[in-house]
Amino acid sequence: MTEGLPAPSAGLAGARPGPGGTESGGSAPLPLPLPALLAARLWGADALTAGEALGPRARAWRRDARTYPRLAHAPSGISGLTMDPECSQLLPALCAVLADPRQPVADDTCLEKLLDWFKTVTEAGSSLLLLQENPCLVELLCHMLKPQDLSSRVLSFSLRLTGVLAAQEDCFQYLQEDSSLFVASAAGQLLVHILGLSMQGPAGGPPSLQAGDWPACAQKIVGHIEESLRATATPQITQALNVLTTTFGHCHDPWTQVLWVQLSPLVAGLLEKDPIPAAHSLVDLLLSVARSPGLSSSSCGLWETLAQTLSHLSPTQAGPLALGILKLQDCPQALRAQAFAVLLQPLACVLKAMAQDPGPSGVPDGTVGDSMTAGTPLPSKAACVGLLCRSLAHLELLLPLPQRPCPWPQALLLGAAVTLLQLCGGSARPACDMGRHLCTLLLGCVRVQRAALDFLGALSDGTGPRELVTQVFAVLLEYLRSPDSSPTVLKKAFQATFRWLLSSPKTPGCWDLDPHALLFLRDLLPVLQKRLCSPCWEVRDSSLEFLTQMTRHWGGQAGFRHALLASEVPKLTEQLLRDPESYVRASAVTAMGQLSSQGLCVPPASPEHQGGQQKSLLVELLHILSTDSEGFPRRAVMQVFTQWLRDSHADVAGDTEQFVAGVLQVASQDLDWEVRAQGLELALVFLEQTLGQPRSHCPHAVTPPVEAPVGPLAQALQPLCRVRLFDFAFRALFDCDRPVAQKSCDLLLFLRAKTASSSGLQESQSSPDVASVEAALQRWQAGDQAQPLGDLEPEVVLAVLRSLDLEGLRGALAESSDHVEKSPQSLLQDMLATVGVLGENEADCY
Amino acid sequence: MKLYCLSGHPTLPCNVLKFKSTTIMLDCGLDMTSTLNFLPLPLVQSPRLSNLPGWSLKDGNAFLDKELKECSGHVFVDSVPEFCLPETELIDLSTVDVILISNYHCMMALPYITEHTGFSGTVYATEPTVQIGRLLMEELVNFIERVPKAQSASLWKNKDIQRLLPSPLKDAVEVSTWRRCYTMQEVNSALSKIQLVGYSQKIELFGAVQVTPLSSGYALGSSNWIIQSHYEKVSYVSGSSLLTTHPQPMDQASLKNSDVLILTGLTQIPTANPDGMVGEFCSNLALTVRNGGNVLVPCYPSGVIYDLLECLYQYIDSAGLSNIPFYFISPVANSSLEFSQIFAEWLCHNKQTKVYLPEPPFPHAELIQTNKLKHYPSLHGDFSSDFRQPCVVFTGHPSLRFGDVVHFMELWGKSSLNTVIFTEPDFSYLEALAPYQPLAMKCIYCPIDTRLNFIQVSKLLKEVQPLHVVCPEQYTQPPPAQSHRMDLMIDCQPPAMSYRRAEVLALPFKRRYEKIEIMPELADALVPMEIKPGISLATVSAVLHTKDNKHILQPPPRPAQPTGGKKRKRATEDIPDCKVLKPLLSGSIPVEQFVQTLEKNYKVTTIKPKAILRTVNKLVNFCFLED
Repeated sequence: MTEGLPAPSAGLAGARPGPGGTESGGSAPLPLPLPALLAARLWGADALTAGEALGPRARAWRRDARTYPRLAHAPSGISGLTMDPECSQLLPALCAVLADPRQPVADDTCLEKLLDWFKTVTEAGSSLLLLQENPCLVELLCHMLKPQDLSSRVLSFSLRLTGVLAAQEDCFQYLQEDSSLFVASAAGQLLVHILGLSMQGPAGGPPSLQAGDWPACAQKIVGHIEESLRATATPQITQALNVLTTTFGHCHDPWTQVLWVQLSPLVAGLLEKDPIPAAHSLVDLLLSVARSPGLSSSSCGLWETLAQTLSHLSPTQAGPLALGILKLQDCPQALRAQAFAVLLQPLACVLKAMAQDPGPSGVPDGTVGDSMTAGTPLPSKAACVGLLCRSLAHLELLLPLPQRPCPWPQALLLGAAVTLLQLCGGSARPACDMGRHLCTLLLGCVRVQRAALDFLGALSDGTGPRELVTQVFAVLLEYLRSPDSSPTVLKKAFQATFRWLLSSPKTPGCWDLDPHALLFLRDLLPVLQKRLCSPCWEVRDSSLEFLTQMTRHWGGQAGFRHALLASEVPKLTEQLLRDPESYVRASAVTAMGQLSSQGLCVPPASPEHQGGQQKSLLVELLHILSTDSEGFPRRAVMQVFTQWLRDSHADVAGDTEQFVAGVLQVASQDLDWEVRAQGLELALVFLEQTLGQPRSHCPHAVTPPVEAPVGPLAQALQPLCRVRLFDFAFRALFDCDRPVAQKSCDLLLFLRAKTASSSGLQESQSSPDVASVEAALQRWQAGDQAQPLGDLEPEVVLAVLRSLDLEGLRGALAESSDHVEKSPQSLLQDMLATVGVLGENEADCY
Repeated sequence: MKLYCLSGHPTLPCNVLKFKSTTIMLDCGLDMTSTLNFLPLPLVQSPRLSNLPGWSLKDGNAFLDKELKECSGHVFVDSVPEFCLPETELIDLSTVDVILISNYHCMMALPYITEHTGFSGTVYATEPTVQIGRLLMEELVNFIERVPKAQSASLWKNKDIQRLLPSPLKDAVEVSTWRRCYTMQEVNSALSKIQLVGYSQKIELFGAVQVTPLSSGYALGSSNWIIQSHYEKVSYVSGSSLLTTHPQPMDQASLKNSDVLILTGLTQIPTANPDGMVGEFCSNLALTVRNGGNVLVPCYPSGVIYDLLECLYQYIDSAGLSNIPFYFISPVANSSLEFSQIFAEWLCHNKQTKVYLPEPPFPHAELIQTNKLKHYPSLHGDFSSDFRQPCVVFTGHPSLRFGDVVHFMELWGKSSLNTVIFTEPDFSYLEALAPYQPLAMKCIYCPIDTRLNFIQVSKLLKEVQPLHVVCPEQYTQPPPAQSHRMDLMIDCQPPAMSYRRAEVLALPFKRRYEKIEIMPELADALVPMEIKPGISLATVSAVLHTKDNKHILQPPPRPAQPTGGKKRKRATEDIPDCKVLKPLLSGSIPVEQFVQTLEKNYKVTTIKPKAILRTVNKLVNFCFLED
């Protein structure tokens, strides 16, 4: 057995075969894609430009090199030695990206290059000058010190950059002077630890609860913090607050309560200043104290301080505090009400501004203040939009929590969301000047539209008065109809609509849409028809996704079916299978698969368009699978086919074996590994159906056989051999893409386990067939997959299955690709390919 | 400075500006909405239209039944369509010196003005404006003349009778001024009075003012105008656009520092965003065609159609419409498509660069080459043999009262598979459709108006900061149907002055200065005397010479050489010698008082010695200033 195949890890690590079976061997630095290889053969390698011959990964690298020319060439080029104006211009944007935890950051390589370049720059000139001319660098370094969800590599990059910069004395001094830089932060951290250590006491005994008896070191630190809190400079106060936040976050010993009692008057004193210094840090501290189990909040006046802070902070600053308070487990009802009022205030203002008669109804007491008008007579657009978006986001976060305020003002919030959407869409009818001003500020504001639609969708989990629900559907329809809805807004409108349709009341015992929803559907379908014809592909795509969701849920219901079949939607969807945009084609494939599963397909294309021949959807999808130039539609087809097989779809059930054989044959040739992986998924479904094993929940899990196959094993394995499932699976076992190989390995292990217990089949261990199959597999592993295995007998398959070291292979595959491909070059390729993937994904998020 | 407002239509303006000694007409737009009151002129005999019942009064009196027909509850005038002309009585139009045209839509009344009012001046316009304007006029004349209609209704216009008619005829205004369409001869004569100008070209009018056209970004060759003298600047902003479509971008910088900015031609549909409307257009077009229906697009033969064709060029392949024929039917279709390709210098930068590739600037050339777009002068002839359905037809006139569109409305109106898509914003689509009701065909209204919206205007005004803004009254309040939309009006400080039809505005602006030149030899002869530190004065004795609105101070004539004789001698004694400072007619100048007056009236705080000459000039000029 051990002779059969080389050790899998060695085999896989040695020569990574290029597709198409070239003898690139270990010397080929990059596996060339098949078209490039063919071109190279036809025209000679010189005919290809470097970029063309290198393939997508290498092209991704080239793109990278173009994007960051200075970074790539800095060490060797003179131009990289100084910070030229172009780079200086780019630097703030780059720093912003690095500082934003939501932005996907290029991999470490880029950061390394960036660091290399900074090294070169600082070696060539003054670091101080660099910092002075590029304040964004200092800002970045300061930003890194804030407690936030930073990626570790950006943090590491920043620390190393700080080191590079601080290597020059004047620059070190400069950074030292900076109020909140690393020294301060490190000092802060240190203070917290020293305080914590000193308070543990020399002999481990509990420290005194009298502050006057504390160790001198602790007293000194507390004294320093007190002094900082009394300071006039905001950075000093910020530092003190940060130290305290960390302290209360880490130490929950009783002495912390003493500390808080001692310091809280000073903290409260900050609220008397105008403007309140370091408001964000103050909020963090108060929440940290409130969450600390070491403090008895009621006995140390914390609730009063929180209430006071809520009323002193600006609406924008108070939002996070209010949300934090509402998340607290035990908190006085009055404080919760006050915090909730802070969150509701902006929305209440909107409702008040739009109310026909003065005096808001349904608004909790004390909610309507002048947050929108505070300070200036009329706030700026940016302030108004920011406040509203934050308020909506906070409320949305609160919505699913068990400790959300009760009673929950569902009607008020629904009304506010609807009103906001009407204001942004221009359909609101304000009665007063404030309303008209609000209308002008919010008109066409995409940010508020998106936030309000998200919020409205989230509100669908609750109920609402009938007339308000009617308004919700009306405003959603308005957005779906409006030519001015941007693609992102439209997508969110579709999502919210779906959620509201899901939540619409159901007739007992019937899963169909309720009569109101059906009426809505009648208005909705013409809109959907038009959107399916939109010149904007994002719109077509969202529309198809929406249709798929709808069909999945209501495809079996008479009312929905009737309305859908009376519309042009199925026909238009079918036409979108030929859309020029691959994402749309993929969505159309999914939608058509769903429609077809529910029997909602129209006969494809009229005779005049198809030359008199009506193609079945199955043929059309097979055509896409074998000819579409993009991966997305092909992947979608494979998913549809898998689902069809699972559901025993009529088109498949007729001749399942022929269907599976055909699909596997096409999928095995596909260049996209996801298609091949999905082929294995389909093979697994077929295998389970054939062997009569109920499907396990995890497709990759190897489940021990629960019961034996119904019929004799050989008979059961025959269909698998006929559809050439083993040919496909063995080929996939040596796939150059790890997930495919893993999946195949799992499938074969599953099969082996399944057949292990069964008796009645004598496997032929040393027949010539087995030897030839093993020889073929060895060639495949070596990269030559040209030769097929031919017709396999169940006995031979079983013998080969047992001879393979599948467990060993699975173990090797489970390790990272770094392990498999050890060369640094390969490592670089992988990392750079990830950069490319990042870039693509970014572009796709419309 | 006065403004005579001859048109009340904000996008089809016709104003006359009296400025210094010139009389300048700004645009002469023709309000064609009057044609909506008339029955359509079918190109092919329509039994439906010819058998409509005559209208009678409530009491059964049927004396108007020959002139007025009833159709689906509406009453229409059965006559050759007539247009509402600008006011011709408010000002004697023969006194107009020049007419400045801003774009081809705003010159459609030109033959009425130049041919029948005694006008003897010059018309200024850019070349594309004239060429495309000619096409529009040609098409209009052709549409109306090729369907001769014997009847001309006038009885209903009688004021006493009009009162008895149902709306909207009852409310039609200025019906007495409504006129039939001009003839091609009148068009040619009118166009012969046009002098072509280029952007930024300075044209002197009688030495008094200078006029300059600036790119307005709205259409091929469309212009805004600067009218300025040495000390005053009036800007005339007509249809302008900041969107990136085919024309050259709008020149905003040159509008800065205007004393008065006359603002007309804003978007007629401020709530419709052109991008969204183009999307609607494409979606509805594809939806109809995919269902086997035909699409009718009533349109002008130039303008937005170029952009629509460009959008469709990009869209049809992606929408799987490559096999659908697109027809463009107009007597001037061919010329319009070709003209658009030759005015490279008037196009946006992107299109200009294509010329050097060489590639036609507009992709409709490729549509024609690949047979996807076909154009015909009329539906008679080749079109009938090529015609294939389902298809998309672009044809005029957007009012649906004349042109080939009438035939297609009759042909396709009965089927709900077909769609008519209104893209031109000039006519109410419901009124345009009224004589075709009941209509089974789908109607989509996606007006594409690329002219400035109120947000853009507000930014523009902040940018160019005119002292005063003058605009049609419609722009100073929100549209009646959206009275809460305070954003749909002009918001500026001081508030804009508004005008309405037949109003004369005294512009809130007084001229205070006039430029006078001093001949070099006279200036040489001046001897400034310092009367206190930093202040010098010189007296000037000169002859003021005024010709072609230019004022020059010339040295007084030299005294004639004595030739003997007593009489001559006496004459020389009377003529003062320039070199000797003689007392002025006004008496001696009390310097302190003079300086104080200067400080008070002219805010002169530090008078430099060299400034003295200019100061004196101002004093002298003062006499010539007109109000």
